[in-house]
Amino acid sequence: MQIPLVDYLVLGDEPHLQANECTNCGARFFGRRNACAHCGHREFKPVRVSDTGTLRTFSIVYRAAPTIPTPYVSAIVLTDDGTSVRSNLINIEPDPSKITLGMKVKLDTYVVGTDDDGQEAVAFGYAPV
Amino acid sequence: MAQDIWVLGTHMTAFGRYPDQDAVDLAAAAALGALDDGGVTITDMDLLSCGTLFQANAGMGQQVQKQIGQTGIPVYNVSNACATGATALRTVIMAIRAGEADMGLAIGVEQMGKMGLLAGGARKEKNVYEPSGRYGAVMPIDGILGTDTMPGVFAQAGMEYANDNDGVGFEQFAKVAQKNHAHSTLNPLAQYQKEFSLEEVMGSPMQSYPNTLLMCCPTGDGAAACVLVGEERFASLSPEQQARAVKISASVLTTDPYVESGAMQPDVNTLTRNAAQAAYEQAGVGPEDLSLVELHDCFATAELIHYDNLGLCEPGGAGDFIDRGAPWRDGDTPVNVSGGLISKGHPIGATGVANVYEVTTHLRGEAGDRQIEGANVGLAHVIGLGSSCGVHILEKSGIS
Repeated sequence: MQIPLVDYLVLGDEPHLQANECTNCGARFFGRRNACAHCGHREFKPVRVSDTGTLRTFSIVYRAAPTIPTPYVSAIVLTDDGTSVRSNLINIEPDPSKITLGMKVKLDTYVVGTDDDGQEAVAFGYAPV
Repeated sequence: MAQDIWVLGTHMTAFGRYPDQDAVDLAAAAALGALDDGGVTITDMDLLSCGTLFQANAGMGQQVQKQIGQTGIPVYNVSNACATGATALRTVIMAIRAGEADMGLAIGVEQMGKMGLLAGGARKEKNVYEPSGRYGAVMPIDGILGTDTMPGVFAQAGMEYANDNDGVGFEQFAKVAQKNHAHSTLNPLAQYQKEFSLEEVMGSPMQSYPNTLLMCCPTGDGAAACVLVGEERFASLSPEQQARAVKISASVLTTDPYVESGAMQPDVNTLTRNAAQAAYEQAGVGPEDLSLVELHDCFATAELIHYDNLGLCEPGGAGDFIDRGAPWRDGDTPVNVSGGLISKGHPIGATGVANVYEVTTHLRGEAGDRQIEGANVGLAHVIGLGSSCGVHILEKSGIS
């Protein structure tokens, strides 16, 4: 049994991210909105976000709360359809010389934990293409 | 046109650690210092605004009144992340402009002790996964879906600038911290007053690349206060009081307008640019007119991008700006000659008042060893994530 880490990650044969898109201006949001933060319109439709994108910015985090494994690479990815997503870079060394701004990345999922009932939480990250 | 507002008196405690005092003691010391500095008393005040973040529900303003004088005037307790102090100032400014007060006291205070890393949540070891919160998360996402930690968030803001502009990298960010640590050696009110080489800055423990420990502001305790007066009451003050007063020629508070990436990575740029532009228009000055700038260097990466956001350098030219030494105290536009948040310290609620104290002190020619000679116009900037940005431009009185 698996459960997504967050509700905007859709699991299944093709795991992907789902955003709420404003039907007026096209602004996309993860999570619910009462009205569009861009134009104030009140209707949204669910859209699938592109799995591929480029690395917009990153930081290699060495210092975090005690239970969080470090170092890890935090990143903002700009997907090919123009949506910014925050996640970790995965399958990459946490070394600034190995990480290039603008590099191509692709969404991937992995099991991030198992609860007391044996249910697996599935997270997503972006890996170099 | 709204009436002019003046800083009549100002004071700040040294920033640092005060295990034997509480926030009320610190705020009261700053308040009494500012009243004395302005040659007035609490009975002259028509209102009091008090900013603090971590004790926002403590009725801090009223607690201060118990220490310095319960005159029954209205108190506004304000909280606006790292822009809390600037918000306290603006509360008094707006009251004077609205005609509800002639004179008021703005206080910013914070007692943080050794809080350590701000933001970023721990994970529980064992539980049963159930979606909760706005994103239906089954566990805290910090460290899985990127970072919530402040050194990391501001690192990303800096690296985004590096992505968009040439000549910006780890070394340019580190040079910012080298400068601010060097500047702080002249400021007896700074929490740290120690110089470090560029190699020491770059070699100190990495917190969140590219921010090393020496590129991050500390937590700490402290308070600052300003007595503000409107021009009608100002005209009745003594020549001595008028001569030391400093004019607030711009006071602006903005929030972050929508940008596509804003929900993922706080946009600290657009609201700063908007605030700066509005402030320059209000004051009728440009960045080239500034004798000094105190800006919000919570992390070295933040200071560098604000060179550009405040128009201190050519668009895209922040890397070159620090490389050629322009923001050093003997450069084109001295930035953070107090030592900045990185070395002077950042007791959050106090910061936005303390930077106005710093600029005021230079414009009065009373900054001692760290005085910027001939200073006549200065800018104070703060930004609080969430986000809010406060910009104040101050001018020497010209009255002698």
